[in-house]
Amino acid sequence: MTRKPLRYVEDIPGGPFATVPTNEEGTAGWRTIRPVIHLEKCTRCNVCWKFCPDVAIDFDSEGFPVVLLDFCKGCGICANECVPKAITMEREE
Amino acid sequence: MGTKEIVTGNYAQSYAAKLARVDVISAYPITPQTTIVEKIAEFVAEGKLDADFIKVESEHSALQACLSASAVGARTYTATSSQGLLLMHELLFWAAGQRAPVVMGVVNRAVAPPWSIWTDHTDTMAQRDTGWIQVYCESNQEVLDTTLMAFRFAEREDVRLPAMVTEDAFYLSHTMESVDIPRQDEVDAWLPRRPRSHILEIGKIGRLGSFMGPDLYMEFRYTIAQAMEQARRAILETEAEFESRFKRSHGGFVEPYRCDGADAVLVTMGTATSTAREVVDSLREKGRKVGLAKLRVFRPFPAKEVRELAGLADRIGVLDRSYGFGYGGPAYLEVAGTLAGGPRKPLLRDFIGGLGGRDLTPPVIEGMFDALLAGNGDGDEVTWPDLHRAEEGV
Amino acid sequence: MPVLEIRFHGRGGQGSVIAAEILARAAFKEGKNVQSFPFFGVERRGAPVTAFSRISDRPIRLRTSITTPDIVIVLDPALLKTVPVTAGAKPGGLLLVNTERTPDRVGIPFDGRVATVDATAIATAHGLGSPTQPIVNTAVLGAFAKASAVVRIESVVAAIKESVPAKWDENAAAAEDAYEKVLIATEAVA
Repeated sequence: MTRKPLRYVEDIPGGPFATVPTNEEGTAGWRTIRPVIHLEKCTRCNVCWKFCPDVAIDFDSEGFPVVLLDFCKGCGICANECVPKAITMEREE
Repeated sequence: MGTKEIVTGNYAQSYAAKLARVDVISAYPITPQTTIVEKIAEFVAEGKLDADFIKVESEHSALQACLSASAVGARTYTATSSQGLLLMHELLFWAAGQRAPVVMGVVNRAVAPPWSIWTDHTDTMAQRDTGWIQVYCESNQEVLDTTLMAFRFAEREDVRLPAMVTEDAFYLSHTMESVDIPRQDEVDAWLPRRPRSHILEIGKIGRLGSFMGPDLYMEFRYTIAQAMEQARRAILETEAEFESRFKRSHGGFVEPYRCDGADAVLVTMGTATSTAREVVDSLREKGRKVGLAKLRVFRPFPAKEVRELAGLADRIGVLDRSYGFGYGGPAYLEVAGTLAGGPRKPLLRDFIGGLGGRDLTPPVIEGMFDALLAGNGDGDEVTWPDLHRAEEGV
Repeated sequence: MPVLEIRFHGRGGQGSVIAAEILARAAFKEGKNVQSFPFFGVERRGAPVTAFSRISDRPIRLRTSITTPDIVIVLDPALLKTVPVTAGAKPGGLLLVNTERTPDRVGIPFDGRVATVDATAIATAHGLGSPTQPIVNTAVLGAFAKASAVVRIESVVAAIKESVPAKWDENAAAAEDAYEKVLIATEAVA
């Protein structure tokens, strides 16, 4: 979705309202490391999903966690909290 | 015509909120505001007012509840005083920035420490930078009428700013006097429903409270400043509409009283104005040419009307019922600053008085006129008459 | 009429503030302008309470405490010894005290007319409040109507019925009873 850039007083909407939903503003560019989930160790305990501060972990059809790379900021909390230690943090290319 | 009843200033606010058919009320009790909200709670419980009454744990939460309700289009009301208003301080900026037309009754009460439940204007003066419209009342009738008008001018599309209507603690809040309470059908015919614009709605994408960098923040603040400028016309038009329907007016921005040919004019706010009218009359009877100017709307500050005062008299005094540690009291600062940029330069004096509920009696006010008339440019510009000092003869 | 200033002295819980309200309502019913307010101190039962009323034919613009009352009303006789109830009273005014004493035996100097009524006995006889804490305000107001001639007893009774939370008939009867029984001295009491 292309947004009209705001530059002038006349562009300011009548209040601090934005009409671009947050799910169109990705934060992938914040990352320098990304979580890699090693599914052979994953017990599907859901702790990584629970702790992710950006709601950037979703589930596949079998209930295994999937990282939403458009929104993951690479904070490493999921790896830190993972109970069976199935997540490692690796450098972005 | 409405019904004449004897009510307190607090109940006048309650009746106004009921007549305005507010949708949401959220407030936290504090002396001397408590009876405003108790009465509204009674109205809601008795089915006389169809509103949601949200009970909260603090004044900060009360205003936040109002702001959230306002963001989705509700007409909201709250009331507080003193420490409660201070606790709301950060959210007062939010209300104006969010362009939420919340109406708030504030019972002017001194701030702690030391603890005081009596009146002065420190609490609302300390909020003059927040972007709220501020109106100071001198009678219970004015409290009711102004609260009703506030819903109208605050909600106008060209304004959309929050508004506070103030009343002095005890002198108005707990004083019973005759008030004409308009009929519901009369108010319904005059006060439209709140326009549904610039709000969050189910089914439409919207986000409130975005982030803004240095490239655009200033432009955003400018739009709020423009809204406050537009409020000038909105307030005057609303008052004209109200007067034509309800046959009552309370002075607009600045109301001169007996300033014709005056040698000295005293600017007053709140109930001090009411007492000062008696003083002006009695001094005029003794041949002294004095007048007063009721400063009613403090935000937006009525620069044009204040400059016109300089044309009425060579000596202008300001009675500040608060102290802000600036170049005199806050009302004086604004009056003096406004006149500094104008064509006339009257002699100016600031009188700090009535703090913490200290009675502003006719002799004290008369003393201010004396000081104003006697001075010739020397002597202190800012004085605290009626200060209890261990001086001889005082 | 110039603005008439009235000051009530009582103890918290005796209904002094409501007395000032009832008086305001009574005068309002007679088409007068009124202003009625309490002095707010630290509220607790038994603490001295002061309330004020102003009555006038013209709009009342003075918004200050009343320091020079024309009329002083004392709902609790014990206050005569502990509170300067007559401080600032204008000469030639009226002092009305709830006491079983006669006006010449009130025991404090007053430059004006003195009236007394045993409102405590009247209130108790009409079952108002408890024997240790009778609600004397309505009886005192009935006495006030006679002693001051500022409002009619009919207005006081009508105002009482609008203002008190319960026992309307008993309160009205107490006022009328006090109206008959109040004693008024016409000479200044030394």
